[in-house]
Amino acid sequence: MRLPEGWVTAAALALLPAVALWAWAADEPFTITLATRAAILALAAVGLNVALGIGGLVSLGHAVFFGIGGYAMGILAFHAQTYAPLEIGPLTIAGTRSMPLIWLVATAASALVAWLIGLLSLRTSGIYFIMITLAFGQMAFYFAISWTAYGGEDGLSIYVRNGFPGLNTLVPIQFFALCCAVLLLAVALQWRLRASGFGLALDAARQAPARVEAAGLSPRRLKLAAFVLSGALTGLAGALFADLNRFVSPSMFSWQLSGELIVLIVLGGTGRLAGPVIGAALFVALEHWLGGLTEFWLVWLGAILLGIVLFARGGVVGLLTGRAGPHV
Amino acid sequence: MSEVLAADGLTKRFGALLASDGVSIDVRAGEIHAVIGPNGAGKSTLIAQISGALAPDAGTVRLNGADVTRWSVARRAKAGLARTFQVSALALEATAEENVMLGALGRDGGLRHRTARNAALRDAARAALDRVGLAARGTPASDLSHGQRRQLEVAVALAQRPRLFLMDEPMAGLGAEGTRRLTPLLDGLRAEAPILLVEHDMDAVFALADRITVLVAGRAIATGTPSAIRADADVRAAYLGDG
Repeated sequence: MRLPEGWVTAAALALLPAVALWAWAADEPFTITLATRAAILALAAVGLNVALGIGGLVSLGHAVFFGIGGYAMGILAFHAQTYAPLEIGPLTIAGTRSMPLIWLVATAASALVAWLIGLLSLRTSGIYFIMITLAFGQMAFYFAISWTAYGGEDGLSIYVRNGFPGLNTLVPIQFFALCCAVLLLAVALQWRLRASGFGLALDAARQAPARVEAAGLSPRRLKLAAFVLSGALTGLAGALFADLNRFVSPSMFSWQLSGELIVLIVLGGTGRLAGPVIGAALFVALEHWLGGLTEFWLVWLGAILLGIVLFARGGVVGLLTGRAGPHV
Repeated sequence: MSEVLAADGLTKRFGALLASDGVSIDVRAGEIHAVIGPNGAGKSTLIAQISGALAPDAGTVRLNGADVTRWSVARRAKAGLARTFQVSALALEATAEENVMLGALGRDGGLRHRTARNAALRDAARAALDRVGLAARGTPASDLSHGQRRQLEVAVALAQRPRLFLMDEPMAGLGAEGTRRLTPLLDGLRAEAPILLVEHDMDAVFALADRITVLVAGRAIATGTPSAIRADADVRAAYLGDG
């Protein structure tokens, strides 16, 4: 097929709201929850797509940021629900149930950690970069497991979903609308980024770093900036994911989750605007339908992934537009 | 005569191999200074030290009077050093125009702005493409012929509006026809900025160069006008094949 990419993107972005609205009209709250889950995973994948799809940074540690976002929400809401302020050295910070505040903390903390991880890991490339990011992911995972103040291995339950001004976030369709709006903003940001000089230079830094350097730009700084932005977006998704489940646990830091995010992008189309959204929708749909049919649904997911990698390198977006897309 | 580039006593050792043995070379405004030498003479090592990819063990590199010996590749590029690569280094998935815009981006910034709305960037890219005679603006670099990619390499460097071109075998793999087309282009470029030209194609070198430096086994054995080099007994013995 040779559909214009703009149409594919528009259709992909309309898909989740359409499903959610249908489920709302048909009074199927569980389907709304599935659509919300897809929107949040898509947001996390949009984050990874900036680093992986444009910058060519195959991070197998993006769960770090997802987990940091999750724990930012968990810790702030935990202190709000126990009325015990958070004490960091001489600082005393009250917990909060306000999503905007939690988002701010989640993105800032993820961005900071992404900067630190990026500074170290961007000295390497290829398989070494993958291994270093994986190592950071495992460090965070084991740290969370042993952090008994916040539930350790058992995780933390938050009893009431955090609030957003003007919305009742406990109503599924309202929480979906909020997550979907954040996703749309993130996709718009990714588009704007790719269309900018920064996007052009980052894309070139993936393909011909020596040329970028010879033009007077530092490939490593470009990639570091992309990695920080990427981490911040994935961290924001983590905060929303924790609010969806009202639960945080070390599994948000697991390397399986990092792998899943890569799978989403490859399914949808690496580096494509709609790739993460289509990938996440497909993943959640398969998880639900195939998972309902057989316990071994991951085998079928594996087969589909194999088919895409072997025969459709551009993922679903590549199939629809007839263009393979960036080569990572 | 003002020297745009002055490399002095560059020395680089790799284990037992002395790849650069006190090489001094300068490039003056308006000239093409060619570097020739047999394979393994240290031409690539010299280029790497001038571009900043390799730090010399000893010696200095000055660009427009400033000591840039410890500067990074990117910083030298910003100071006006534009290079082309022996093996084309281009973003193959990007269009020819996008590749050239990259050159202008490094010079002028504009990382935040949308490239499609950045008229200055676009104009600079188109002017550079027109100058090298490459009409296929919107074609991905991967679809360009080898000859077109060589032209594109020059266009990217040109868009940097450099003070000095550093060209590493721009004719590599072009064949007689391609070389004939690229020669007048390089000839005209010296009006924009002088060129340090490393090249294997002797016809092109002797047609273009104002001065030639001959490298043999890491040492500059002679520097002079093409006719002086042609007449130099050492060069003939060491390199041009007359024993």
